[in-house]
Amino acid sequence: MSSDVILFFATFLASGVEAVEALTIVLAVGVVRGWRSTLVGVGAASLVLVAVIAALGPALQNIPIGTLRFVVGALLLAFGVQWLRKAVLRASGYKPLHDEAEAFLREREEARSAGGAEKAGMDWYSFTVAFKGVLLEGLEVAFIVVTFGATKGRLGLATAAAASAALVVIVAGVVVRGPLERVPENTLKFAVGIMLTSFGIFWGGEGAGVDWPGGDVAILGIIGFIGVVSLALVRALRRRRVALRPAEVGG
Amino acid sequence: MRYLRSFGRFWWDFVVGDDWRVAAALAGALALTWLLEHEGISAWWLLPLAVAAILAESVRREARRG
Repeated sequence: MSSDVILFFATFLASGVEAVEALTIVLAVGVVRGWRSTLVGVGAASLVLVAVIAALGPALQNIPIGTLRFVVGALLLAFGVQWLRKAVLRASGYKPLHDEAEAFLREREEARSAGGAEKAGMDWYSFTVAFKGVLLEGLEVAFIVVTFGATKGRLGLATAAAASAALVVIVAGVVVRGPLERVPENTLKFAVGIMLTSFGIFWGGEGAGVDWPGGDVAILGIIGFIGVVSLALVRALRRRRVALRPAEVGG
Repeated sequence: MRYLRSFGRFWWDFVVGDDWRVAAALAGALALTWLLEHEGISAWWLLPLAVAAILAESVRREARRG
């Protein structure tokens, strides 16, 4: 039960972060070039994502659970550490923070300066940018849904978590009528990185034959440990940065 | 051929990212865990410690460069 809650929460957060980024792209293109072709692009990308989850999810569930956990754990571990590494570097100032307002302005400017590409009643620029934006951000969500869902045998729960996150972000986007710049995206990405890495350790370990002390509850200990390590790294890197460039950091 | 290459590139960036050494070290840690467990040695502690060390080394290297 508790692992279901963690699974739902982790998938919800990861999907929410990606949905915020996709929303920024879609809004920028839709506002400047019109909504019809943009929304067709969003719909087409969503269909592709649903097809990916529908095809891969059940197929993965046919693989023996030990092998599946080992492979999924390894992939999730590589993916999660990559995500966490970027989050630590961002939080310590070694990488610029992701800024939705800035991303929105950049996308809007690009959409404005792109020439007309209308054919058969469709603006193909809007379609392509919306399609690519939703598909690329969504593929990470599909990856998380499929791996989380298949490994725990809870594909429905993982899909529901991702769908609810997308719904919450869409509703918030409609209410705010702009990019969700007030969402603490960098903090969320940090949390998601910790969770993906922790699940990767847990399932990768189980697949390798590890019998975790405390069973499923061990995931909480792993999340805590990776969280503490990540925060300690941020502190150490910040201190190092201040020591090396005191004037720049101090403003 | 071009599509195959960009498909491979996409998955490489997706899973491995910009520091291949991290992925290689993680694969090594997983393999070692498997080996120890199959020799009958309890190795639940290995992966969390290995991940912490790999992450620390990777961000330290990046910080030195930046």
